[in-house]
Amino acid sequence: MRARSLLTGVAIAVGSAAGALAYRRAAARRKERVELYFADGSMISLAAGAPGADRLLAHARELLAAAR
Amino acid sequence: MLASCLMPATVQAFADLIEISAQIKAAVVFDREGNVLASTLDDDRARILAGSGLGLLRAAEESRPDEETGLAQLDATLGDGCVFLVADGEHLIAATTAPEPTVGLVFYDLKSCLRGLAEEPEPEKPKRAPAKRPTTRARKKDDDASS
Repeated sequence: MRARSLLTGVAIAVGSAAGALAYRRAAARRKERVELYFADGSMISLAAGAPGADRLLAHARELLAAAR
Repeated sequence: MLASCLMPATVQAFADLIEISAQIKAAVVFDREGNVLASTLDDDRARILAGSGLGLLRAAEESRPDEETGLAQLDATLGDGCVFLVADGEHLIAATTAPEPTVGLVFYDLKSCLRGLAEEPEPEKPKRAPAKRPTTRARKKDDDASS
């Protein structure tokens, strides 16, 4: 009985940790964006998934990977 | 740093950047043809970084409002870090930071670095001979000599 409760507790803890990690990763991915500032003072903010954003983010990822 | 092929102004501006900005992890200064002018990385990685920076610039310039308006700067927020790119005439600087940097401060440091590169060292002015004028000491010596 005691071993079963312990096992349940461990399973809940592991499940929670995995869920938190998955949520954090998804949140980080949602947060990905590019902000472009032009010489005339205009600014465009493109979130991941917006038209044109994925190409810019791919270049940015490449640059970040090269810097490591 | 690729200091061997650089002008002293480039080296100084870049050294200042690295010294003052704790948030910047890696940076590369390059021109619009992809030539690396200075970097915190080794030659090969600096070239890759400059190539990616140039790709990022070209992709960003496709989003500009009109043909005449150039890109001034950009920042890309990724899950595991941030990428910054600042353009100033022919020179560009690309830098990476850890997640959630102080964006304004990073841009300020990068722009300062590019401004430092743009500043031409002033040619040394020929030194003018000091104007001859009698000093108290000289007069005193004269007085001593005459007495």
